[in-house]
Amino acid sequence: MGVLTDPFVQNAFMQRALIAGILVAIATGVVGTLMVLRGMAFLGDALAHGVLPGIAAALLIGIPSFLGALVGAAVMIGGVSAVTRRTRLSSDVAIGLLFVGMLALGVVIVSRSSEFAGSLTDILFGEVLGVGWMAILWQAVVAVVVVVLAYVLQRPFLLMAMDPDQARVAGYRVGVLEAVLLSMIALTVVVSFSVVGTLLVFGMLLAPAGTAALLVRRVGAMMIIAVLIGAFSAYAGLLLSWYLDFAAGASIVLVSIGIFFVVLVAQAFVPSRQPHPEHA
Amino acid sequence: MTTPAVRCDDLAVGYGRHAVVTGVDLVLLPGQWLAVVGTNGSGKSTFLRTVAGLLPAVRGGVSVFGGDPGVRGASIAYLAQSHSAGFLLPLRSRDVVRMGRWPLRGLVGRLGPDDDAAVDAAMDALGISDLAEQPLGALSGGQCQRVHLAQALARAADLLLLDEPTSGLDAASRERYLSVMDSERARGACVVSATHDVREAARADLVLLVAERVIACGPPGDVLTPRALADAFGVVLSGDTGGLAVLDPHHEHDHDHGPGHSHTH
Repeated sequence: MGVLTDPFVQNAFMQRALIAGILVAIATGVVGTLMVLRGMAFLGDALAHGVLPGIAAALLIGIPSFLGALVGAAVMIGGVSAVTRRTRLSSDVAIGLLFVGMLALGVVIVSRSSEFAGSLTDILFGEVLGVGWMAILWQAVVAVVVVVLAYVLQRPFLLMAMDPDQARVAGYRVGVLEAVLLSMIALTVVVSFSVVGTLLVFGMLLAPAGTAALLVRRVGAMMIIAVLIGAFSAYAGLLLSWYLDFAAGASIVLVSIGIFFVVLVAQAFVPSRQPHPEHA
Repeated sequence: MTTPAVRCDDLAVGYGRHAVVTGVDLVLLPGQWLAVVGTNGSGKSTFLRTVAGLLPAVRGGVSVFGGDPGVRGASIAYLAQSHSAGFLLPLRSRDVVRMGRWPLRGLVGRLGPDDDAAVDAAMDALGISDLAEQPLGALSGGQCQRVHLAQALARAADLLLLDEPTSGLDAASRERYLSVMDSERARGACVVSATHDVREAARADLVLLVAERVIACGPPGDVLTPRALADAFGVVLSGDTGGLAVLDPHHEHDHDHGPGHSHTH
């Protein structure tokens, strides 16, 4: 039994990594569920990469990296809505353009300065083993904010996922709610990148929520399962990283994506669990 | 005088600056049913979406219970022409109908016995009580349509905007729908439905016949004349029961419009 707990009991940095991983699992599980239901996975991906130049610029001028990430996310969202509003291009074109553009801009900014060579890897893939209490505090705040908003706005969010027109006629302010949802995604990405990195945070948004969608038929249950899968992935990923010397952030994401495919394959052999009346 | 549920003054509806239907003038009082009749693409849905506040009017005036459409003075239920079948989770029919009660209970207010009663009554009225536990994705087109219709009914709205409510319904379900329309009007609700079913429209208080313009507007007896229907649809068969039937509209029927054909207004 000690094999499964000792690394965390004996090392303060492993404890911090696990706490950070669980907090990130809460935020990404809840927000990821909303993203998956709303069919906006690609925008989440773009946001995750859009924060890179913001973080790089923040490092360069010496301000907190989450502030830079927030600015990057805002530019990304503003850019996507500007392109889709002013042109007839669909949002996936706008998202694709900005996503690659922001990624390239981030790499350019980092490459300007030779002392940042190591930071680029940390930003892209995370440095969960070096996560500090300040980052954990922000992760806790965002996890609480995201859970409260998802609870309070569950009805309009679900109606919007089914049919935005219906939500509008029902009296919900769809434009405002859309902005709230984007902000929730952006905040989640911004506090999560220190754990799994900007490239991999997308995996934490999609894999647990996607797995949960295979297993349950209610939104609340989907969020809870997603959070549990994410938290387990953080724990198992950190253990793998400890014993096998794998990169920690990538191990966490690999576990969560591995769970998705295990469930997918398992369901092929247990067809009775597929859509039928009894509810979760 | 009571505030009209819907009032249109020389209204033009459409997309952006492009008007699809122009010159709509009508006053609809609470308890009245307006049937908007026309072919596919005639502007029926555009009109409904404008009244729902989903589209701005191109020109002219439209008010709903004395206010701008889209400003919530009264409760509105809207049945869209198509329903997104692609929702990820297999929601149960009853849960979909329950969503109709959400606007009455704020963001997190729990649904109570009143709501359950309204949901049960709506499902019962449309004959789908036995489908309550079925996931929406497992239903046929007509069953699914009745679930969405029940959602609109459960809302107990002052104004019902129904876009092709009878599409996919069998004869028995149509009868249920028609009797539901009677009881909705009896409780004082106003209904606007878009349809190409002339028999359904004959039951309404007011008919708006459109074909990218207003062909006629008024009580069904005045509007649903062979001449006006020919204008809207192309071909009309008159039955021996005195009823009128309209062939499904297609462009191959265009030869029925002779060059000297006059339009009635």
